[in-house]
Amino acid sequence: MSMEEVLPVLVVLAKCVFAVAFVMQIVPLLIWAERKGSAYIQDRPGPNRAHILGIRAGGHVHSLTDVVKLIMKEDIVPGHVNWFYWFIAPVVAMTIALSTFVVVPFGDYLTIMGHKIDLRVSEIDGGLLYVLAMTSLGVYGIMLAGWASNNKFSLLGGLRSSAQMVSYELAMGLSAAVIFLMAGSVSLRDIVDAQIVGWAPNGTFLNWNVFSVPGAIAFVLFWTAAFAETNRTPFDLPEGEAELVAGYHTEYSSLRFALFFMAEYANMIVAAAVTTTLFFGGFSTGLPFVDGAFLREHADLVLAVIGLGAVPPLLAFSAIAWKRRNRDFYKALSADDIRHREPRFFAALWGGLAVVHLGLGVAGLAGIPTSVLGVELGGDLVALAVHMTAFSLKVLFGCWFFIWVRWTIVRFRYDQLMNLGWKRMLPLALANLFLAALWIIVKETMLA
Amino acid sequence: MALPVPSRKMTTIESAYLLEVVKGLVLTISHVIKNIFDPDHFRTIEYPDMKKPMAVRYRGAHRLLTRPDGKVKCVACMCCPTVCPAKCITIIAGEDPDDPAEKFPVEFDIDMLRCIYCGFCVEACPKDAIRMDTRIYEINAYTRQDMVHNKSYMVNLMEGKKPEAEDVYRANPSTAPAGYTFDEKPIP
Ligand code: SF4
Ligand code: SF4
Repeated sequence: MSMEEVLPVLVVLAKCVFAVAFVMQIVPLLIWAERKGSAYIQDRPGPNRAHILGIRAGGHVHSLTDVVKLIMKEDIVPGHVNWFYWFIAPVVAMTIALSTFVVVPFGDYLTIMGHKIDLRVSEIDGGLLYVLAMTSLGVYGIMLAGWASNNKFSLLGGLRSSAQMVSYELAMGLSAAVIFLMAGSVSLRDIVDAQIVGWAPNGTFLNWNVFSVPGAIAFVLFWTAAFAETNRTPFDLPEGEAELVAGYHTEYSSLRFALFFMAEYANMIVAAAVTTTLFFGGFSTGLPFVDGAFLREHADLVLAVIGLGAVPPLLAFSAIAWKRRNRDFYKALSADDIRHREPRFFAALWGGLAVVHLGLGVAGLAGIPTSVLGVELGGDLVALAVHMTAFSLKVLFGCWFFIWVRWTIVRFRYDQLMNLGWKRMLPLALANLFLAALWIIVKETMLA
Repeated sequence: MALPVPSRKMTTIESAYLLEVVKGLVLTISHVIKNIFDPDHFRTIEYPDMKKPMAVRYRGAHRLLTRPDGKVKCVACMCCPTVCPAKCITIIAGEDPDDPAEKFPVEFDIDMLRCIYCGFCVEACPKDAIRMDTRIYEINAYTRQDMVHNKSYMVNLMEGKKPEAEDVYRANPSTAPAGYTFDEKPIP
């Protein structure tokens, strides 16, 4: 087989690995953010004891020890479960959570050996429909777990989850419909492209769907429904621990529980990624005139600006880390405690990163990337890096928003949840669809 | 009987919920930002590394006081085992060979697993021979037997330890409880 034949297969495989890795790498970060964020919201220091050679890394070591703990724990299979469905439920939950990500574009294109590669795993045109289909399948893992666990609490958790899904799916679908109307397509790539151009200069954040009246309303509805679909507080009734022990995952332990736990976070990431794509311009940078073509044309300059721009904040982080040596905590430690290394380590780490960025900036100024890699590949790589960064930052902010809300708002009561879904959100979503249609007609007649 | 809680009717803006959510989010993020920039602001005391300074009148582990000649002040009068509500003090009395008029404790054990830290023993003592002013709260051991504090342990408890309540009172007599008599040990 020639390289020409193998390349497409390799590209698809690489993109699949990338999609799984992207989601799975953010999961431990989110678990950390959940712990540390909740602690900071409640004026606690959060996880800060576990350390490797004195480096506590702000509690990241706890996520690592958690993984080890979950692997080492006994995997209990209760005698009364319906074992087939019980075994597949966590796998279903995790698989569906991961597979939703495949249609989300994370960059525009990359040209390798003359092939233009679209930067999303699957190039299907009905992307948004696929997302809606997969998110509704997502409840199957929970329902199977709830039913197969064969106890009343798990069953109630599963039932609540499916009822919640049915109620909020409608508002979610109708707000997504507003986006098809505005973009004129259901392909997520087309939706992103439609948000880069608009009445403001290309790439400006004002072109994003959320900065139009129907788009903003649709965003609020979609985002609220996303909380319900991912079973996050204030809609985490399926696992309401005060009422249902732990809801659908009461009977699960060890790695099976870990799969459910990770699936919850993977769902959050996917929901944030889809919301970013639909309402916040996907991978678009949000800066005026900075679109894919601009990034490719001025690749060296962009690299120089990013590299040099990152140096002052990194140096500031380094200085802050160095200053933390004087915290009361370090003063209370005995002189030979290995945790004294930590502020020095972080000062060195941030300082080292500052040097790396300085090097990148200087290389950009000297025009090295395009002269070494060639104008085409150099431009593509810079564009990919910038787009990926913009996309990841938006997704991470969305995920943080999930966490932020969880530690702010209390859980809804079941009837309140249903009232909100059916009596408020559904009519509002329908009215918004009409408003969107009107908005588009008015906009077209005014532009014409 | 449950008390009726008067419920307030929500205003239209409150029942729309969105503004209230935003208010809550602003409140929580303001805490996060404050805590990121000022990590010493937490009320949490990072315990094994940092310790809470106990109040000077905190009732900690017991210690036995000594006279200037090094003998324990206790005269084995049995007041403290009598008053002790947990019945955890065991004293075996003996006669002082130098001064047959005096008794002294040959053994003086307190079972710290049973002690309820009520401080009655300190109040009952006519000789001011036992005190709980060490401010030691980490009373632990690997065996039950080690949890029984004996005479020599309690006499030497404060060697090379943090300042006793006594020192605090000496430096600042107005903080001492009414009628407090100072230990006879020389001021270092
Ligand atoms: S503190 Fe109370 S319980 Fe403990 S030994 Fe003294 S009298 Fe007994
Ligand atoms: S009350 Fe005082 S003098 Fe009497 S036995 Fe107890 S410690 Fe000794």
